[in-house]
Amino acid sequence: MLKKLLFLVIGFSSVTYAMTEPANAAAEDTVYVFNTLLFLIGGFLVMWMAAGFAMLEAGMVRSKSVAMQCTKNISLYAIAGIAFWVLGYNLMYDGVDGGFFGSFTAFSVPDPSADAGDYSAASDWFFQMVFCATTASIVSGTLAERIKLIPFLIFVVLLCGVIYPIQGAWQWGGGFLSEIGFSDFAGSTIVHSTGGWAALMGALILGARAGRYVDGKVTAMPGSSMPLATLGTFILWLGWFGFNGGSQLALGSLEDASSVSKIFMNTNLAAAGGVVTAVILTQILYKKVDLTMCLNGALAGLVSITAEPLMPSPLSAIIIGGIGGVIVVFAVPMLDKLKIDDVVGAIPVHLLAGIWGTLVVPWSNPDTSLITQFIGVISIGLFVSAISAVVWFVLKSTIGIRVSEEAEQVGIDKTELGMEAYPEFTK
Amino acid sequence: MKLITAIIKPFKLDDVRKALVDLGIEGMTVTEVKGFGRQKGHTEVYRGAEYEVNFIPKIQIDIVIKDEILDSATSAIVEAAKTDKVGDGKIFVFDVNSAIRIRTGEIDAEAL
Repeated sequence: MLKKLLFLVIGFSSVTYAMTEPANAAAEDTVYVFNTLLFLIGGFLVMWMAAGFAMLEAGMVRSKSVAMQCTKNISLYAIAGIAFWVLGYNLMYDGVDGGFFGSFTAFSVPDPSADAGDYSAASDWFFQMVFCATTASIVSGTLAERIKLIPFLIFVVLLCGVIYPIQGAWQWGGGFLSEIGFSDFAGSTIVHSTGGWAALMGALILGARAGRYVDGKVTAMPGSSMPLATLGTFILWLGWFGFNGGSQLALGSLEDASSVSKIFMNTNLAAAGGVVTAVILTQILYKKVDLTMCLNGALAGLVSITAEPLMPSPLSAIIIGGIGGVIVVFAVPMLDKLKIDDVVGAIPVHLLAGIWGTLVVPWSNPDTSLITQFIGVISIGLFVSAISAVVWFVLKSTIGIRVSEEAEQVGIDKTELGMEAYPEFTK
Repeated sequence: MKLITAIIKPFKLDDVRKALVDLGIEGMTVTEVKGFGRQKGHTEVYRGAEYEVNFIPKIQIDIVIKDEILDSATSAIVEAAKTDKVGDGKIFVFDVNSAIRIRTGEIDAEAL
């Protein structure tokens, strides 16, 4: 009886205590829960982008290379997850302190009863891991239809375990770029350009698909499935709400909730701008709208807004994304002139629109400057390109990175995997 | 007996089939084919790169008929398949030596 009474008194006093707090501040636990929820929801949306890349690439390659493209995508996502646990996360975030990289250790998960901070540690690991996987997905599309599976996967191990985490440490891990005031909200440079540079180096060292550039003429190699490519783009567009919205990194206050919502709006408007400019430009230039350019336009719009999805006005977001669409329409044929065979358009979409998105940040964010943005783009670009080129060269001169011309002609699904994506279809 | 081989535009297949059935023919063989004639191919643009389509999809119809209805059959095909635009196709007529219905062993006109 006494115990019960005591309990009531304590209970009552804690109620009165709670009522004296300001009504709009969330309790500490609630902040933790909402922040963690944002990481988890944002994280699984970005995880699903792996499916988007797989479908986009499956649709953009010829039917004889579809099964290989699917194999690369499921394998790279798995490898990225393991590499980012074994080495990547701590190399990117653990004790960077204004320097160039963190520690060479595996990420250890705290016991749930002692997982202090503003969010759960594993939710942050998961959210950051799927970004790393996105970077690897970008490389896969460019090198489609002619690269051997195993050397590609070895490159993914190094990209996700070492290259991506080190340059990520410079900014998101609190390294030297963040000290000088560089700004890349969700990773136009850190994720998208990094994937783009690695893809560009791979494309240069690997060479174009057989028969792609003959006697100064470009041979079009239409993709196998426009519906799959479109579905893949829609999946990526959906995943981008997690990519950009989750990068607010907090959902525990009214301002954070409002910011995440504004990011959703700007992200959607930028993608829309990219599609609309691609529709208009391809109609004017080629007299027919090119669906694949519209799909690339959506993604270029999304990449363009990724460096700063919060500050721009709705109209600015449309313009930033729209210029991303312009970049795609002009850069795709330009790469063909340079004989750089980028099967899915990842270099215009992720590398070039990523640079554009990073450089345009000062337009809407007064705390940034064009010079520091430029330094970020150049330093990460040089680092990723140099290391990637070395890795590709070493792979090329040891185990080889390219299938034989005959294998390419027959199709890498049959020669490398011994299977076909559509065995019951006839040409 | 004559064999008529007609190459027509794919979207005209139903019209031609109906016109021939109305004449009383009791069978035909249809094949999806590709080729070129005076229509030549055409160019398309994919991701900014022009490419030539050298062989255009067509439908080939094969029918074997009695000599008496040759003229009405060919004019039925012409009438049904004509769009007045280049690429409407061609009709070829061959003599047929014999025909056998496999199930019954009937020959020539009775096998048609």
